[in-house]
Formats: sequence, structure tokens, C-alpha cells
Amino acid sequence: MWQVVVDSAAATVELGRSLGELLANGDIILLSGGLGSGKTTLTQGIAVGLGVGEPVTSPSFTLVHEYAGRLPLYHLDLYRLDPEAVWELGLVEYFGRGVVVVEWPERLGALLPREHLWVDLQPGAEENERLVWWRAKGSRHRRLLKELRCRCASWALKRQVGP
Amino acid sequence: MLAILGIDTSCDESAAGIVVDGRFLRSNVIASQIAVHRAYGGVVPEVASRAHLTSLPPVLIRALEEAGLSYADLGAVAVTQGPGLVGALLVGVAAAKALAYALKIPLIPVHHLLGHLYSCWLARPDLSFPAVCLVASGGHTSLLLWEDHLRVTVVGRTRDDAAGEAFDKVARYLGLPYPGGPALEELAREGDPRAFSFPRAWLEPETLDFSFSGLKTAVVNCCRRLEASGRSLPLADVAASFQAAVVEVLVEKTARAMHTFRGSTLALAGGVAANESLRQSLAARASAEGWDLVVPPRELCTDNGAMVAAAGYFLYRGGRYGDVFLEAVPALRLEDFLPPFFPGAIVDKSGR
Repeated sequence: MWQVVVDSAAATVELGRSLGELLANGDIILLSGGLGSGKTTLTQGIAVGLGVGEPVTSPSFTLVHEYAGRLPLYHLDLYRLDPEAVWELGLVEYFGRGVVVVEWPERLGALLPREHLWVDLQPGAEENERLVWWRAKGSRHRRLLKELRCRCASWALKRQVGP
Repeated sequence: MLAILGIDTSCDESAAGIVVDGRFLRSNVIASQIAVHRAYGGVVPEVASRAHLTSLPPVLIRALEEAGLSYADLGAVAVTQGPGLVGALLVGVAAAKALAYALKIPLIPVHHLLGHLYSCWLARPDLSFPAVCLVASGGHTSLLLWEDHLRVTVVGRTRDDAAGEAFDKVARYLGLPYPGGPALEELAREGDPRAFSFPRAWLEPETLDFSFSGLKTAVVNCCRRLEASGRSLPLADVAASFQAAVVEVLVEKTARAMHTFRGSTLALAGGVAANESLRQSLAARASAEGWDLVVPPRELCTDNGAMVAAAGYFLYRGGRYGDVFLEAVPALRLEDFLPPFFPGAIVDKSGR
């Protein structure tokens, strides 16, 4: 578990970009947090880090957006679904291809992939501040999180908490 | 006489309509699935897909009956190829392919945004070019430059949330029922639009793009602050102030596009066009600037088949046929569907 505090949407994008630059084929990023917590903003940063040239828009209405970057990026929003609908729509088939970013991963229920990087965005004390919690499952995602922490240490991010 | 059947199943409406010669609306039937979705608080794609399977066939038959036509009278069948929900789109595409194949008539794939544009053409078949059209709905917020038939360019688009999506998300946050847009508008009527000053995202000075994500976050922050201070939420004021922020940006950017491209007609389409506050603000701006304003009637603003048939007519004239291998494309981009070099405009300038 690792926590980082970002103080603006621009910092959230920057954090996402750092992550995006480190991602490898098969990585799965799960983003939880309430409405307006910055999930799509973080994804926009990830897309920049992956070299996606077009703007990343919210997939709430359309469910899945695909982008061609250094690796293919699949951006899913499960807001309106339950695990049964996720299963019937075949959305779990995206896992393991390219980079998959999932908003509202709580909706996956038992379909949660065993290895992933879970990111939780919570409102901070200040209005534009966000507490970003990170938890990695499986060795490759643990390695990924470690690399991200090294990265962030060097660009003097905001306050960092955690062991 | 060329009668075209248009089919749209891009989202939660099974819709079919018949238009003759690209301008005479003969029927427009919509089987809304709103009642099915209300239980889920939004469009659930799998539900949408299954419901289309059962609701589309009777809608097709009704469209023919209301037009007083039979299958044999159809000259072509047009269908929304994308963008939209893939499971929903492919029901319409499969139906259109089957009809075209069985009736031996051309199959015309249509881009959904082009369909919305031609809902304005149906409302005013002699509108003068160039026109600027604001298409605002749950899935889109785009500014289109419409220089001539089949000469359409996206000049602005949202970089995050669509306007209708922002309405839906804020409505849900405020605890309003689905569909969120009309419920929020209703609530806003009783509120003070100046009660809260929510941010307007103008972005860079030159751009015609939109952004509504920050506004959504500002509304959430504002509500949190009020709740933390122990006060009850003035829901109507929040709704009215939020709506005012969305409308101001939509109107201002549309006006900018009209100035930039020296447009003579200002058109409004998409589900958000049903919003009274947006209609009034655009009407006031258009009359002040001397622009011709075209706003289709409500039944043409939401997704419908007639607009697809009307757009299909001009694509038909341009020889843009599909075949039995036509596939639904959920992320279809207008610039890929209508490449800028496509010489459609020389095929038909009159619209007759």
C-alpha cells in the first residue's frame, strides 16, 4: 500500500503520465473513487504516457473506448453494470490484452482479475486535492508500483505516505 | 420518388422512419426503452441489445404502415453504422442488411452525427449553407461545420464528458430519477441560476472544444462543502446554476464557431436540444446576431430513424453504398466516415 497526494488535475495527469510510461503489455489498472474524483483525468495522463495522440473522453455512455498508443489502451467504465452484465458483454476478455484501465472495478465482483494495480482516489482536505492509494496484486504489478514510486520520488511529487 | 427507410439502434431507442426524396418525412417511429432502463439508472447495454431484438421488428412494420407504403416501395435502406453501443448497433445493421438483401435495394451506412445533422435538414429543407450545428446528447457534444451536403467537418468536440452525460451524472448525484436531463431541467426551473458560480471551461482562446468534467467536479465539491457545514442542499439552486454554466459555454462556443466560419445558419440537434433553457439562450443569441436558427421538433432531436433516412438520401446520391459485409463500428469517427477529400458536394448541391 502506498499513498500519494496530488493537489490539482494537472498533477493527476502528470501522475498518470508517469504510470503510462512504465506500463507493459497485459497490465491492468483498476480505478475506484466517487463521481468527479479524477478517474478519467488519471486515465488521460496514462494515455499521454502511452503515447496516445487523441483526447481520452469518458466511456460512461459507450462503455469501452480503444486507443492506439505505444500499446493498445482499453478504457472501460463499468458504472452502470453488475457482474452478470460484465460477464455477458464479454468485457473480461479485454484483460491481458494491451493495457486495460477500468473505472468502477467494484462492479467486477468475482470477475476481478487476480493480478492488478488497484488505485483508489479520495477527496483530500483541499478542494482540488486527491489522496491516491495504490495497491498491487501479483509480482508484475508489485514491480510496476515499485518503479512508479522511484519515479515519483525523483519528480518531488507532493507528500508521500507509506512504508 | 425515392423512399428511404432509416434505422437507428445506436443506443436505447429502436427507431425507424421513412423519408421521401431526402426531405418529405412520411413516418418516424420510436420504441423508447426508457421504462426498461429506469430500474438500472441508465442505459445498460446488454438490456439495450436484447430489447432492440424484440422491439425493432414491430417498429419497422409501424414505420411502413404510418407512411402508407409497403416494402416494395422502398428505394434504399439506411442504417446507423456507428458510433454507439456495439451490441445495440449490430441489431440495426443486421436488420438493414437483411432488408436490403431481400428487397434487392441499396444499403446505405450512416454516421450517427450525420443523422443528427439531417434532423435539422428535415426541419428546414432549404436552410442556407454554411451552417454550424451543435450536436449535444448523452454520448456526444460536437460542433460541426456543414458547408454542403456530405461536406461536414468536426470543428469542436468534448475532451472529456458529453454535455448530456454531465447532466445525467449531476442529476444522479443530486438523487434525481433517470433520465437525469429532463429531471434536472425541471428542478432547475425553481432555482436561481446565479446562486452558485460554477466554472466555465473555455480552454485555450482559439479552441472550439468543450470540457465538462471540471464542472461536474465543482458541483460535487460544492455539495460536499454545503453538507459539511451542516446545511441542507438547495437542490434547485444547484441544478439551475449547473445548467446555466453548461448552457453558457455551449452557446458561447457555438457563437464563436458561427463567427469563425461566417455561418449563416445555426442548427441545434441531439437530445440536449430538448433543453428549454438552451433553446431560449441560442434563440436570443441568434436573433441578436441575425442568424437563422434551426431547432428540430423534439421527436427529431432524440435518436430517430427519419434523420438517418434523410442523411441516407444524400449518401445515396453520392453513391456511398454498403454491402452484406457491413459491420457496426462502435467508435466510428466522422473524419474516417467522410474523408475531407470526398467529392460528395459536386454530386448534389441542390438537395432536390
